Amino acid sequence: MQNRRETLKQSLADAGLLGATGLFPQYALAFNKPAFDAKTIADALKAYGAAAPAESKEVTLTAPDIAENGAVVPVAAATTLPGIKSILLLVEKNPNALSAKFDVSDAVEANFATRVKMGQTSDVYAVAVTADGKAFYAKKEVKVTLGGCGG
Amino acid sequence: MADPMRIRAQASGDKAVVRVLMSHEMETGQRKDSAGKTIPAWHIIDVTATHNGKQVLSAEWGPSVSKNPFLQFTIKGAKAGDKVAVTWKDNRGETRTDEATVS
Repeated sequence: MQNRRETLKQSLADAGLLGATGLFPQYALAFNKPAFDAKTIADALKAYGAAAPAESKEVTLTAPDIAENGAVVPVAAATTLPGIKSILLLVEKNPNALSAKFDVSDAVEANFATRVKMGQTSDVYAVAVTADGKAFYAKKEVKVTLGGCGG
Repeated sequence: MADPMRIRAQASGDKAVVRVLMSHEMETGQRKDSAGKTIPAWHIIDVTATHNGKQVLSAEWGPSVSKNPFLQFTIKGAKAGDKVAVTWKDNRGETRTDEATVS
């Protein structure tokens, strides 16, 4: 149990950390910062309250085998599973694993395409999270010949 | 003010494929400038799309989405003449909305 003083101390420390990294807490409330700060796929999924993912053939991930430019890697994620709440795109070896999260509604198909940056050769994951918190994934290794993070 | 988005929405059967090209720097916060100082992160965090005024998609993006992001999604039950609007918001609080008609 935290008392008021400890809470204050903690929030001050947090503010200091954020200031040091140049990330001020100016994000909208909807933005799930812990998820996007997560270093690993498991942590990112946890931040969305999803269980450990199981591999599924009904989730498809389309990505190139070799990406010449890691700054622009076209990826597409789709699923035919029913009751999907959201689709997450993650790159395992990026500094922060989570790239994008799409919320699926009844009016859109669970099929999205975008482009992501990749720092190095890594597995790319598409994770479909169902309304009851189950997670299913598909993964694919993408070889990167020129990294897209750092300069 | 950011440059306009390019939105193309094409109907095929009872659905419409929407392709969006946004104009944004998408700075990761990982890069350093020539003086060795870290360039602060500046990226789109929130994307929403509406179909005839009704929200159909919301997405959260991290800094690892590419510069000048591309997004493709499919709206069910959309037909030619319908309005599709896309809004993004970045971590500096800037926002932009553009609208297109399904063709």
